[in-house]
Amino acid sequence: MSEMKKIKNLKEFSTSADRFEGANLLCPGCAHSIIVREVLNATNDDMVLSASTGCLEVCTAVYPYTSWDASWIHIGFENGSTAVAGAESMYNALKRKGRLKQPERNPKFVSFAGDGASYDIGFQWISGCMERGHNIMHVVLDNEVYANTGGQRSSSTPIGGSNTTTPAGTHSYGEKKNKKDMISIMAAHHIPYAAQVAPNKWKDMVKKIQHGFSVDGPVFINAVSPCTTEWKFDPKDTMMLTDLSTDSLVFPLYEVIDGRELNITYRPKNVVPVEEYLAAQGRFKHLFKDQYKHMIKEWQDRVDDNWAYLQRREEARV
Amino acid sequence: MANKGWDEFEIGAMLRSFDGVAATEIATTHAEDRKYSPSNSFTASVADWRIEKPIFNKDFCIDCQFCWIYCPDISIISRDKKLIGVDMDHCKGCGICVEVCPTNPKSLLMFPEQAEEEAELANWPAKDEEEK
Repeated sequence: MSEMKKIKNLKEFSTSADRFEGANLLCPGCAHSIIVREVLNATNDDMVLSASTGCLEVCTAVYPYTSWDASWIHIGFENGSTAVAGAESMYNALKRKGRLKQPERNPKFVSFAGDGASYDIGFQWISGCMERGHNIMHVVLDNEVYANTGGQRSSSTPIGGSNTTTPAGTHSYGEKKNKKDMISIMAAHHIPYAAQVAPNKWKDMVKKIQHGFSVDGPVFINAVSPCTTEWKFDPKDTMMLTDLSTDSLVFPLYEVIDGRELNITYRPKNVVPVEEYLAAQGRFKHLFKDQYKHMIKEWQDRVDDNWAYLQRREEARV
Repeated sequence: MANKGWDEFEIGAMLRSFDGVAATEIATTHAEDRKYSPSNSFTASVADWRIEKPIFNKDFCIDCQFCWIYCPDISIISRDKKLIGVDMDHCKGCGICVEVCPTNPKSLLMFPEQAEEEAELANWPAKDEEEK
């Protein structure tokens, strides 16, 4: 096993040499590349990467350019996770047969996918990877919408959001269904590690990613990725939005070990009302009309309820 | 590198990031020491996306590296724990670096693309007393 990269503080972290390159075509202010950089910089080991179809794949591999300084593959919308799982199986087979040229290098296998490619389209494939116990990490860049194709709702889209297929208007407040609880679903596969991360809490994120690399078995990471285009906010406010999402507990940061033990890893000192999180985004602006005002209370109640549930789970240690 | 038309795509195209044999320790080799191939997007530029550009004033910088970690375009260049500049070929002008800068006055500020760096550095805003 190679040694874990030591990252004590941000100054030390900033000596990393990025393996994700600029002049990719992601929107200005896109959180995807912030997350990708934090994941890739968390280790100095070789990486075998894949991306499922989505913003990240489309924008980083625009023919004739690639933005990846590591082995990277894209196949289809659904099978980024299985592509990496296949590479991992091949690696293990070659290692067993003694046919690896550099058996000491110990690469890390990571698949990136958007929420559409994970929550909906690639769900069965990811579930299969988790069940078969490949030593891979699946990172979801959760921007709660199919941003690449023009903002259609996905099963990660939260209630009340106005998207192109669930538009808000005089008769509808937008999306009617609430977000799928993907971490619980993945934890129910009894995988060694499942966690929710946010790019603004970089230390928490790097710690979780490194823990994910150190465990033997599949790891599921759900990363909050505010989308300037579809959440409708100014590109410069990406980090402010991420702060709001973690501090309002809409995206609580926690981890689930072996599918049972739940730990909350970040408790905001000042919890921000969910209203502020909603008000910062254009996709929720209709909720502030008198007609749909009741939705804001519904949001706050649900977020409080979920936070209470997580705390009870953490206390119970089961 | 010349862009190909839609009907000239190669199926299963393989794009190489580096020319010849890449450094084996790529994770510890900084951009200036890498042998990029023409198909690496590092050799391309998105500078024409920008309306506003960040200007870095090293006099006020405390090297906290918040801009480095939160830059989506790998455009903040940090070497030996020090911020040394902004990569203007890859910066899209989103302004995140300015938002996360904690110093007072800020050590990074957005200016119109045609602004002169030296003139703006000479007229840098003074410390904002009202800000807590």
